Amino acid sequence: MRNVFLFLKRYSVFIVFLVLQGLALSMLFSYNRFHQTTYGMFSNEVAGKLNKRVNKVESFFTLRDQNQALRKQNAALLSYLPSGSFIPDTSFLFVADTLAIDSLKSYRQYQYLDAKIISNSVFLQQNIMVLHRGSAQGIVPNMSVVGTDGLIGTVLGVSENMSVVMSLLHRQSKVIAVLKKGSGLGEVSWDGKDPRYLLLSKIPKTIVVKKGDTVVSSPYSDKFPPGLPIGYVEKIDQDQETNTYKLTIRTAVDFYTVQHAFIVKNLLQEEIDQLKSTVIKE
Amino acid sequence: MSLLFKNIVRFIFIMFFQIFVLNKIPPLHQFIVPYFYFVFILWLPFNIKRIPLLFISFAVGMVADMFFKTPGLHASACLLIAYVRPFLINLLLPKEATDWGNEEPTKNTMGAVPYVTYLIILTLLHHFYLILLEWMQFGSFLYFAGKLIATSLVSLLLIMIADLFLNRKSKLR
Repeated sequence: MRNVFLFLKRYSVFIVFLVLQGLALSMLFSYNRFHQTTYGMFSNEVAGKLNKRVNKVESFFTLRDQNQALRKQNAALLSYLPSGSFIPDTSFLFVADTLAIDSLKSYRQYQYLDAKIISNSVFLQQNIMVLHRGSAQGIVPNMSVVGTDGLIGTVLGVSENMSVVMSLLHRQSKVIAVLKKGSGLGEVSWDGKDPRYLLLSKIPKTIVVKKGDTVVSSPYSDKFPPGLPIGYVEKIDQDQETNTYKLTIRTAVDFYTVQHAFIVKNLLQEEIDQLKSTVIKE
Repeated sequence: MSLLFKNIVRFIFIMFFQIFVLNKIPPLHQFIVPYFYFVFILWLPFNIKRIPLLFISFAVGMVADMFFKTPGLHASACLLIAYVRPFLINLLLPKEATDWGNEEPTKNTMGAVPYVTYLIILTLLHHFYLILLEWMQFGSFLYFAGKLIATSLVSLLLIMIADLFLNRKSKLR
């Protein structure tokens, strides 16, 4: 027994080192798997508060650009207003409506929640943003995040008032995308080299691709609203080994200056998840 | 100004500089990431005990991790340099480290050559471990080697500039 104590005393520094190192590494690896730990959520709130204060000053410098982007989006939205369109004259045709559901009315699938980006980075390999909206405002993980110009990322984890978002500039980010012209399902990822460019792979060579083509989110995703711009084709490379292109695309969103985002809530998400889980079970 | 107070103020300044200045710089290249905060551990006084040093470094790493959003990554790299630091000081200095009292490692107290060696070894060690952990998740060997060299050079440059600017006062030996 005495020898044990002597051993502990002699190597106490090394033992403390090993214990703390083990703690740090276990935190690191469990975080990558589940994206959520108690430390993650606690630090999220604390760091978020500090970031929010500094961000107040920072946002001042990009006010002009933000304003312009919002004006542009406003103009696009105004053109959808009913006052800007006219109703076709169908009054002389009488149709007896036997449907219980109004088939002319469309139902809302996506709800947009405004959020401020309080911390953002572009220079790491796993870039993560923090938004000032959390579980108290109804945010849950896996919601998609869009900016005024296009897609930004996916919600990874939420705390009470903050949420952590994996931006497209994250080595583990994968988004299913299509070309606006000519369709063709592909996958958008990031190679970690330049935050202005993303990679689009798995587009078959049978599709004609031109420089400047728009890449949008796919209509088959249950997370992202379809047709949101992700980027524009910048460089076209042929993959020699497979029958697909390797496309470099310029991001639609300027990740350097982005300040505001919308978190998109899919109102049918629960139903989709339920259906999927029952089908997979059987 | 007491030693504890001085170090707390220094810690806050270094962290602010890292988080709100260095982390906001637009990237020059994939390989260049300016890390500076770990210099706080290098500048702690000579006579600090080993176990408190480990705990302090762990805390420094965790605070950095809060803002880098990588729990544990920076903490484990900081722990490694905190563990190696006393051995390295004993190797580089003729006298026992505890004889130095409250002095800090500077160019004047250690001498220019041992001080620079001390900085280079611990910076390389910190970045080696940090980038190794990152490399295990993705990346090629070229990424690992390139980032290690480029990032270490940038960090060393920052530390040298800080040394010139701050003019940390220490008595001559």
